[in-house]
Amino acid sequence: MSEITAEQVAHLAYLARIDLSPLEITDLTHDLGQIVDSIAKVSEVATADTPATSHPMPLTNVFREDVVVPSLTVEQALSGAPDRAGDKFRVPAILDEE
Amino acid sequence: MPSAEMKNRAELMDFDKALELFEPVLGFEVHVELNTKTKMFCGCANEFGSGANTNTCPTCLGLPGGLPQVNKKAIESSIRLGLALGCEIAEHSRFARKNYFYPDTAKNFQTSQYDDPICHDGSVTIELESGRLVTVEIERAHMEDDAGKLTHMGGATGRIQGADYSLVDYNRGGVPLVEIVTQMIEGAEHDAPEIGRTYVAAIREIAKALGVSNARMEEGNVRCDANVSLRPRGSNVLGTRTETKNVNSLRSVERAVRYEIQRQAAVLAGGGTITQETRHWHEDTGITSAGRPKSDADDYRYFPEPDLLPMAPSRDWVEELRLTLPEPPAARRKRLQAAWGFANLEFQDVVNSDLLDAVEATVAAGASAQAARKWWTGEIARLANAAGVAADSLVTPIQLAALIELVSDGTLTDRLARQVLEGVIAGEGTPAEVVASRGLAVVSDDGALIAAIDAALLGQPDVLAKIRGGKQQAAGAVIGAVMKAMRGQADAARVRELVLERAQAIE
Repeated sequence: MSEITAEQVAHLAYLARIDLSPLEITDLTHDLGQIVDSIAKVSEVATADTPATSHPMPLTNVFREDVVVPSLTVEQALSGAPDRAGDKFRVPAILDEE
Repeated sequence: MPSAEMKNRAELMDFDKALELFEPVLGFEVHVELNTKTKMFCGCANEFGSGANTNTCPTCLGLPGGLPQVNKKAIESSIRLGLALGCEIAEHSRFARKNYFYPDTAKNFQTSQYDDPICHDGSVTIELESGRLVTVEIERAHMEDDAGKLTHMGGATGRIQGADYSLVDYNRGGVPLVEIVTQMIEGAEHDAPEIGRTYVAAIREIAKALGVSNARMEEGNVRCDANVSLRPRGSNVLGTRTETKNVNSLRSVERAVRYEIQRQAAVLAGGGTITQETRHWHEDTGITSAGRPKSDADDYRYFPEPDLLPMAPSRDWVEELRLTLPEPPAARRKRLQAAWGFANLEFQDVVNSDLLDAVEATVAAGASAQAARKWWTGEIARLANAAGVAADSLVTPIQLAALIELVSDGTLTDRLARQVLEGVIAGEGTPAEVVASRGLAVVSDDGALIAAIDAALLGQPDVLAKIRGGKQQAAGAVIGAVMKAMRGQADAARVRELVLERAQAIE
């Protein structure tokens, strides 16, 4: 069985700003544990010279030329905002960095 | 002073005393904003000063369906910057998500690089004012996108503490950055503050010479985070470090490093401990204040960006880019100083005023190096300061070279040339055109001068008598009157000659 604990799941939920009930934490601790165990099985067959795969497609260097394309209008950009002031998004003050 | 600042004002130890007891260890993270036409992952314009939220799209706003695409020019600029810093260019590199929640990004992550930065293992050698050479090792230079700009509103101080709400402009969100991270810098000793300033200046100079960034610190194109820790003399255990952010001028880098050494020394000597934390530099009060402690907030859960494919810059491409590197700024400075024959102070003055390009172009346009230096760092810098603009935005090197030529061929005195300069700046045309339209050339017609001199001498008979009696210094009063009559448009030396001559000749 994996080492995933309820504390880790609660911490992860906090970092991801997901509100979890105690029952959900219990369930997710179990589910995540199973996932981690399954991944561990893969590690057993992967030898040290098998590079970790982050992208399954064998493609690299897909670039875009540095050419300006039209942006959204200010109205379009702000259309999904819960709140605005003039042409800016308005958000609650969050005590963090200045 | 607001009470929050009173609380922030820490006790400081004398700098020399601090260095006696502790050894400072430094590290710098410098962000260089690239001057590509478009953002890092979308085609929105990368422009400073546009109307709020006019350069945004679903990709840089993190809207569903937005798909990032890597700007080739930004990769090219990053590789060139890395090469100029002596870095290795990675054969395989990829982007990663740095996850955090803060309204300066609407994506809820910054697209950055984690375990595969594009450039790594370089170094920059800087020269301090004492002549000491310091090699700063570069650990890595990676690419990332910039955050949007927050403005905190309400509250008494205009700062985040006590703010009621914040406004966000995402124009800067997604602009390409290269973050250059140094290795630990040991052995800095008393030079620590100067090393900080000189290192950041060197990075800025290199970025500017490459043309990959506008490199204006006042516009935030180059931003520095300074890491400082102290360890007691004789110890080889590293002290706890603080990371001071928001250090956005060369002078501030120097001041912030000095401040942190003095602050930390006082804390440690008083039996306290240093908290590993982010601190903010306050330009106005010259202090740092505690920000958030390094804790959960730094648990960024990096993972490879699934929407972007890895990069594998071919060795051919890297070598092709290496061929485009300009002469290293430090080597160029040595070459120019020797060619111009400037004393160290004269040359430093030009460099510190950011006028090397201007002087070089003026010399190329035919002016003498000394004259070019005097004009740029003197009158033009003075006018630029007064107007709050860059000196090289006032006149072109070609205009100045033409003005200098008019002085050296005797058409203008220095005083007249300053008036012509004002005309050129006011957009009245070339120096020759301003001379013609304002009628400013030196009066070289002796007839006109003699008439003015005779009138002045006859108007001051006592002075005339003194000159005739051999008191040549009395001529000053007459010369002044003549220069006034000629509205300054006369060569004072020639006037003096003629005054002495006429004093003997007139009836």
